Amino acid sequence: MLRKQKLVVIGNGMAGARLVEDILARGGADKFDVVMFGDEPYGNYNRILLSGVLSGTHDPQDIFINSLPWYEENNIKLHAGIRVSSIDRAGKTVYGSNGVSESYDKLVIATGSSPFVPPMDGLKNGDSLKDGVFVFRTLDDCDAITKYAEGGKRAAVIGGGLLGLEAARGLLNLGAEVHVVHLMGNLMDVQLDAQAGASLRRSMEAMGVSVHLNKATTGILGDDCVTGLQFKDGSTLDCDMVVISAGIRPNVQLAKDAGLTVERGIVVNDHLVSVDDADIFSVGECTQHNGMVYGLVAPLWEQTAVLADRLTGRKAAAAYKGSKISTKLKVMGLELAVMGAKEARDENDEVVVYAEPSRGIYKKLVVRNGQLAGAILLGDAATAPLLLQSFDRGTELPENRAEMLFSLSRTDDPMTFAYVPDTAQICNCNGVSKAQILSAVQAGHRSLKAVCDATRAGTGCGSCKSQVQGILELACEGQVETDPATHYYVPGVPLSKPELIAAIKEYQLKSVSAVFAVLAAGKEDPASKVGLASLLKTIWHEEYEDERDARFINDRVHANIQNDRTFSVVPRIYGGVTSSSELRRIADAADKYQARMIKITGGQRIDLLGIKKEDLPGIWRDLDMPSGHAYAKSFRTCKTCVGTEFCRYGVGDSTGLGIKIEKRFQGIESPHKMKLATTGCPRNCAEATIKDIGAVAIEGGRWEIYVGGAAGAHVRKADLLVTVDTHDEVLLYTGRFMQYYRENAKYLERTWSLVERISIEKLRRILVDDSEGICARLDQDIQAAVDAYRDPWQEAIEPVHPAQFVNTLGAVTLTQIQGLQPSYGD
Amino acid sequence: MDIALQQSAPTLIPKVFVNLGSIERIPLGEGREFLVDDEEVVVFRTREEKVYALQAKCPHRSGPLADGLIGGGKVICPFHAYKFELSSGNPIGHDCAALKTYNVQISEHGDILLYC
Repeated sequence: MLRKQKLVVIGNGMAGARLVEDILARGGADKFDVVMFGDEPYGNYNRILLSGVLSGTHDPQDIFINSLPWYEENNIKLHAGIRVSSIDRAGKTVYGSNGVSESYDKLVIATGSSPFVPPMDGLKNGDSLKDGVFVFRTLDDCDAITKYAEGGKRAAVIGGGLLGLEAARGLLNLGAEVHVVHLMGNLMDVQLDAQAGASLRRSMEAMGVSVHLNKATTGILGDDCVTGLQFKDGSTLDCDMVVISAGIRPNVQLAKDAGLTVERGIVVNDHLVSVDDADIFSVGECTQHNGMVYGLVAPLWEQTAVLADRLTGRKAAAAYKGSKISTKLKVMGLELAVMGAKEARDENDEVVVYAEPSRGIYKKLVVRNGQLAGAILLGDAATAPLLLQSFDRGTELPENRAEMLFSLSRTDDPMTFAYVPDTAQICNCNGVSKAQILSAVQAGHRSLKAVCDATRAGTGCGSCKSQVQGILELACEGQVETDPATHYYVPGVPLSKPELIAAIKEYQLKSVSAVFAVLAAGKEDPASKVGLASLLKTIWHEEYEDERDARFINDRVHANIQNDRTFSVVPRIYGGVTSSSELRRIADAADKYQARMIKITGGQRIDLLGIKKEDLPGIWRDLDMPSGHAYAKSFRTCKTCVGTEFCRYGVGDSTGLGIKIEKRFQGIESPHKMKLATTGCPRNCAEATIKDIGAVAIEGGRWEIYVGGAAGAHVRKADLLVTVDTHDEVLLYTGRFMQYYRENAKYLERTWSLVERISIEKLRRILVDDSEGICARLDQDIQAAVDAYRDPWQEAIEPVHPAQFVNTLGAVTLTQIQGLQPSYGD
Repeated sequence: MDIALQQSAPTLIPKVFVNLGSIERIPLGEGREFLVDDEEVVVFRTREEKVYALQAKCPHRSGPLADGLIGGGKVICPFHAYKFELSSGNPIGHDCAALKTYNVQISEHGDILLYC
């Protein structure tokens, strides 16, 4: 084994400690001995929650991320309370203020930043700040402010930025009379436009905070302790204490002294390595990348993840490309989310504004080329998760911008969950309450997957996952971890769907076991098998090497398992149109195999329930009808109405079309089931607009094709993809959309989710206008899938294994054996 | 079919290795049930040709584990996706009782020998 390298991290704050966590999570303990320096005498804590400590909503103990024993448990040597005084790059050693030295192979500088204290008269008594003057950065600052504020003081906060307003809220809760003094004409001028700033000011004043704008503080009055502030315009303000919160400055002196290039921050490239020294890295607020220094937590986490990927070799080519700045928080209890640009750049930008001054609500979107360039949500941030997602991914906004401004009937934003009682059942499949989810979060589960695994919430039908995520976000105060596995196609192979498809093709992997062998270091994961089998069939068609153990039981025996281990048998009835002879065969088979129930299904077919596994081949033979695939993740059925054949309102032949669709697409595997419908007029008796794909006949002999409808665990009206003239065109677009869904959806993602994720506008461009030039290939690939179709019920004649339909292979009677009389049989 | 039968060390109720027949009777990577007196036992044959024998029904809602997916030393119940460790029968990520496990091995002739 290689000698371990020594990694020294200067800084034990949000960036330094997070980096070490990220490195450990990537198995970095095998590669590095880790040494950390932190100039506070504690483990590391969540600085974002300091305002909560100040306002009394959080106990200081609650904001610790890692306490001192954590370092010991993870074999990390922490020099707590020791500031690093110098770096000897030639000797690859750092020196601490107490004389301690540590050599390093790799060095990470994560020194963060310090409060900026603008020059003013009367600031100090000797070397220290005058009695009653505070900055607001550390737990100790918090403690000192709290103690001093006791007994109801008159407090001034210098700085009307984010942190200043947080300090103001804290002071207000401590019973102080609070004044916010701001240099600019607008509160939070970095993030907010003038209107939002004004709205925020009104809301703050309503809470009892006095706001003084356009005030440059030139001096602090008082001999021994603070008695007031002196402003440049000659006016003064009486106060007993001052909290200075006028911004931060990166801590870069150490790096500067070591001869590293420093501008506003320590200059690094996309690898987060110093431009001067290949063994020195920097992350967090002291870091300057591509001209930017970030003061928010999200960019810092993106940096630590990239650096951990590189240092551990997990993703040696990982690169940091800068961060999109967004933040979502509560200012003085007011919801606020801001991202990107706060003003239009030029007249081409579209600005959408909604203001409701009486309730302190202000919302603004800056739209550029159909995408979100920036947004401000103040007073009601219900749609913030939606906007943040759109902003991060650069997705197209819906034409109706209001959808992005108002939560309408959405139930999945975190703010709604604050008001849900703890006893409320969130997961209706497994009976998991909000309280159980909260306690899982408190127990340290901070990703959606971890919470779901711990509580089983979301592991049934999955429709509550967005609510679980919402509660998670609420409980974590934005400290949600993204499990990298959420981007994997299946949990057991660490690749996204496009990466996985590329690797499968590159290495010509045609079976599930081959995928595990090559792409998962030989480690089989049973929870990943079914998804991989579906994908491999989609990629290789007839060349796919089918391994039956990779299938769910339903797909091993082509029937749906029931709660008593019998199966349901649903023969295909094309378009729901049957005949008397077919019905007779079904009736005879039901009698012969003692079906316990004969039921008309929602998809216009007949379900024979209570059939024994052993009897499946027999009943299929007797039925002499193909499988209806009522058990598979595949195209299921096409519901129809009688259309022009009988209906006096019919304007299109919907039964004929439905039969053609079923004959063409029967058995096509897909990430989740696909339920279709065709209907002969806009009265829509076949409910085509809540199907994965639906065709609606309209006057003039035309067909509207809808996609992405749902009426199960989730309900959604489908979007119109295109209107066409003929049955053949309906079949063409149906196949094209199916193939796009097969290639682009995550496993178990229904079409409605894909349509919302990609947007119908983009889908129209891709599938109708052929904007990506892939239509011909999609058409060709769905044809190959159609050609590869075999009716699985033909396995009645030729089972793949003698035990395919067998539950019990033998019985043994021990008493006989114990008398040495073996009893053994099939 | 060749039926090997070995008497164990003498105890009051003698335990024996019962030959359940060729391992080939179980499809690779799947499980099948056997009835031992009144007890239902599932025998799994992994892709690495390892063999495990456990209580056949999931304690949650009696799901037939023989119809479950296996791999990586785990079995997933087909009914509600509860997971168990094949070697110990221990539940994974839920608080069902552990599954009863049985000593089982494959003979040199490729037969399943269940100790019970």
